[in-house]
This record gives sequence, C-alpha cells and structure tokens, in this order.
Amino acid sequence: MREEILRLLERNGRIDLCDAAKMLGMTEVDLANEIAQMEKEQIICGYTTLINWDKTSTEKVTALIEVKVTPQRGRGFSQFAEKICQYPEVESMYLLSGNYDFVVILQGKTMREVARFVSDKLAVVDSVLSTSTLFVLKKYKDHGSILESKPKAERRRITL
Amino acid sequence: MRNPLSKTIVEIQPSGIRKFFDIANEMEDIVSLGVGEPDFDTPWFVREEGIYSLEQGKTFYTSNAGLLELRKEIASYLYRRQKLTYDPKKEIVITVGGSEAIDIALRAMIDPGDEVIIPEPCFVSYAPCAKLAGATVVPLQLKEENAFKLKKEELLDCITDKTKILMISYPNNPTGAIMTREDLEPIAEVARERDLIVISDEIYSELSYRGDHVSIASLEGMQERTIIINGFSKAYAMTGWRLGYLVGPAFIVEQMLKIHQFAIMAAPTTSQYAAVLAMRDGDEEVAKMRESYNQRRRFLLREFERLQIPCFEPEGAFYIFPCIKKFGMTSEEFATKLLYQEKVAVVPGSAFGDSGEGFLRVSYAYSIEELKVALGRIEKFLETL
Repeated sequence: MREEILRLLERNGRIDLCDAAKMLGMTEVDLANEIAQMEKEQIICGYTTLINWDKTSTEKVTALIEVKVTPQRGRGFSQFAEKICQYPEVESMYLLSGNYDFVVILQGKTMREVARFVSDKLAVVDSVLSTSTLFVLKKYKDHGSILESKPKAERRRITL
Repeated sequence: MRNPLSKTIVEIQPSGIRKFFDIANEMEDIVSLGVGEPDFDTPWFVREEGIYSLEQGKTFYTSNAGLLELRKEIASYLYRRQKLTYDPKKEIVITVGGSEAIDIALRAMIDPGDEVIIPEPCFVSYAPCAKLAGATVVPLQLKEENAFKLKKEELLDCITDKTKILMISYPNNPTGAIMTREDLEPIAEVARERDLIVISDEIYSELSYRGDHVSIASLEGMQERTIIINGFSKAYAMTGWRLGYLVGPAFIVEQMLKIHQFAIMAAPTTSQYAAVLAMRDGDEEVAKMRESYNQRRRFLLREFERLQIPCFEPEGAFYIFPCIKKFGMTSEEFATKLLYQEKVAVVPGSAFGDSGEGFLRVSYAYSIEELKVALGRIEKFLETL
C-alpha cells in the first residue's frame, strides 16, 4: 500500500486527502498517519510545485555542471557532495557513472551568475579536477510532465 | 421496386435507446460517464512502433490469420497468464477487434435453429450476431443478488436439446462482475456434461482487481470446447486500432479463418506491428493503467455509497452498475432526466438486456477530476427527486 500511496503523491502532491483515501480504499486518518510516518522516515522528503518559469517574466537559467573530482581518503565522494549541496542555488546533485563523477544542477538568475558559481565556488575546491557547464535552452518535460502538453483527442460521449 | 432487404436483418431492431445516445452525443456542456473505452492514450512505445512500421513501408496485407510474429506473442501471453498452450499456426486468428471475432466465432459454429445461451446484461452485439448467424437466442437473466455471476442452476434451466453454445464475458461489460475459478468450475462441469461450446469474451481480462483473471478454457477438459475472444482495445488502450483475436481448437478455428479470409482478408497491418510490441513489452504500462482504474473504482464505490445509491462491488472492467430501482423510474427515464437536468450522460442498464433494467452503467474510464464534476451534478440531481 505504501508504494501505491507514493505513486499517487508523486503524480499529484496536492491531492485532496479525502479523495486519495477513497481511491486507496482506506480511511482518511489511516492515510494521514501513513504519510506522516513516511515523512518521518524521510521516504517523503518534501513537496514541490512544478513551474514553467518560461511563461513568467522571471528570468531563470538552468545549468548542468559536470564535475570530476578526486575522492577523499576515507570519505570517498561524500565530503565534496555534502559541501556543494549546501549552496541554495544548487537544485539537484547526483553522483554519476562515466567520465564525470557528479552532475550539479544549478538554477541561477543569469548566465553570469552561474559562471561565477562555477569559477568562484566549484572549480576552486581542491579536489575538483575539471568541470564542464551545459546551459539548458528549453525544458520540454520535467518530473514526468510535458510542460506544453497538447489537448487530448476527443472521445465520443457514449460508446457501448 | 422489390424489397431489397433481408428479413433477418430487418427483424433485428435497432436499440430503442439510440435516440438517447444521439441526444447525449449532440448536447452541449455534457459531462459523460458513458464511454466503453479507456481514457488513456495508447502507450507511446506502441504508437511509435506503428509509425516505424509505416516508415519502413510495411503497408501490405499480412497473411489472413495475421502476422505469425503476433500470433506467437499471443500464444506466449496465454501460456504466461493462463498456462494454456495454443499452436500459433493453427489455433489463433487476428481479427478486426473483438467484435469481428464474436461475429465469425458464431457464424462458424451455428446452423439455423441452434440455440445460443446469452447471459444478460451483456455487451450489445452478442444477440444480433447470433441472430444473423441463424441462431435462436436464449437470454439468461443474471441476478444482482449473485453479483451478476452465472450460476449452474440458471444455466441448466436454459439448456434444451438444441443448445449448442454458451456465450460468457467476464470481467463483464456492463456490470463489472467477474468469475473466479471456483465460480467457473460448476459452469465448466455443465458444459462438459451437456456438450456445450463456450465462447468466452475476455476482452477485459487484464482489468481484474482482486486477483488475476481466470479463463474458463484453463479448466479441466475445457480448452477443447472453448473459443477465447480477446483484443488490444481495453488492456492497451488501443480501441481505434481495431485489433482483436480469437483462439480455439484448430478444426474450429480453421473454419472461422475461412469467414475472416472472405469477409475481411486480414486485420490492419500497422495495428498488428504495433500490437506485437504491446504484447511483448506492455505489461508494465497495463499494470499502471490497472492501478489507476482500481483507484477510480474504489473512489466511485465510496461516492455512490455516500449518495446512498446501492451498488454491488464490481471487481473487473471499468464500470460500476448502481441500482436505481428505489427512485421509481426506469433506467432510461432516470438517465434521460439526469441528462436533461444536470447534463450528465450515463448508459441505462436496459441497453444491455432486460435484466439491466433498474440499473445504470457508470464508466470510470475518466480522471478523478472528471468523476468529481459528474458526481457533484448527480448529487444535485438526487436532491430534486
């Protein structure tokens, strides 16, 4: 049941608790308790809103920065990761397989701001060997949602 | 001019409630819970395979029985799900939807005067197709108190010397009823003892919410006397692709293939290529859709309970079948009033046979948001009764 609750919330974090309880065949109280428990266990780590900033007047720049580092003795990659994650402008950070060790996804106001983050904060860390910055030009799909989805084709009203 | 029409076809009455459907399809601002098809798009990888086949110029007829590759996938699916073994070369025909399969299955087996037992309420095409094939249709009235399952005694009551075929469909449209292995055993026993052929329309087989669907063909001694009809429309959300299939004993399927060959030639090629991939890689997508339907099913049942409209718990397909007898109206009166007053379209149960009278078919092939809008209107409607 936990997995089904999570799948439901993953699609719609704002789902009405009363509706969700009916959909899952549980009582509202049980569902609320289960969700609270999963928040406590940090299975559910937060709730966000998916926004297409391109449709607002706010200027946002998203960049993917690939980072190659030297792992630290006894701490592997964690020390570097924990440090970089502290910056609020870092939206996501993943350890990767392949040529680079990390990708850091950054949200900044301008390209210059992103560039400054890379040169002043990231590249200067001792363990960083090299970085490669990729700027996002357009977002088509995010968190499983197509940002500019086309209207659904119409079905007939009654079919047997 | 002489009368150009066949007596048989003229005698088949168009559904009395066709007018109701016409109005519902034309009215503005309707919220419909009236469809019998998924609201999901065909999974993208399936659509993409259809497109790719076109790009490669695969635009020719397939063999009459359909792509062998697809028939092999179907055989492997039936083994995977039902532990049934069929020869893809001799025992499977790809058809234009389950609908064609129903038609050719009946036509290949019926001689004038043979009786076909059709438990109702059921899908609308069984009786007309049986009549067109020359059969005498024996309707069997299923009961809500039995959760619309077919009971041995009911079946025995309908059997005569002329009974040849029993037509069943579980999970059922319109009731959402299912039959478990235990429910099917006594029916299979009758079929074996009274030498009946069973046509089992299992088009909703993937939409079973309390345990996996069981085909009557998988019961002892039944594979040799069962024709299974299934298709891609409901499980893979492929209604518009018009693709189904039938499987059965080689000597029967061989005759069905003759009708198919002369009437249809072969099912659409593009659809067949897409369906190969649907069968091969579609399980996960089907499971996702099934989970969604199940959530809506639970939601609707709770809501109808709240509205105090009695409804037995359906365990398959994507319909609930609430009983509206307490309001003192026929199904059609209730549905028409609901349509005009609150602009909600549901299908009167009587569209699916006499035993559907007093019920409504409410489809949950809709998003929760759509269901909520419709429920709000239904609640308002009930206050005026």
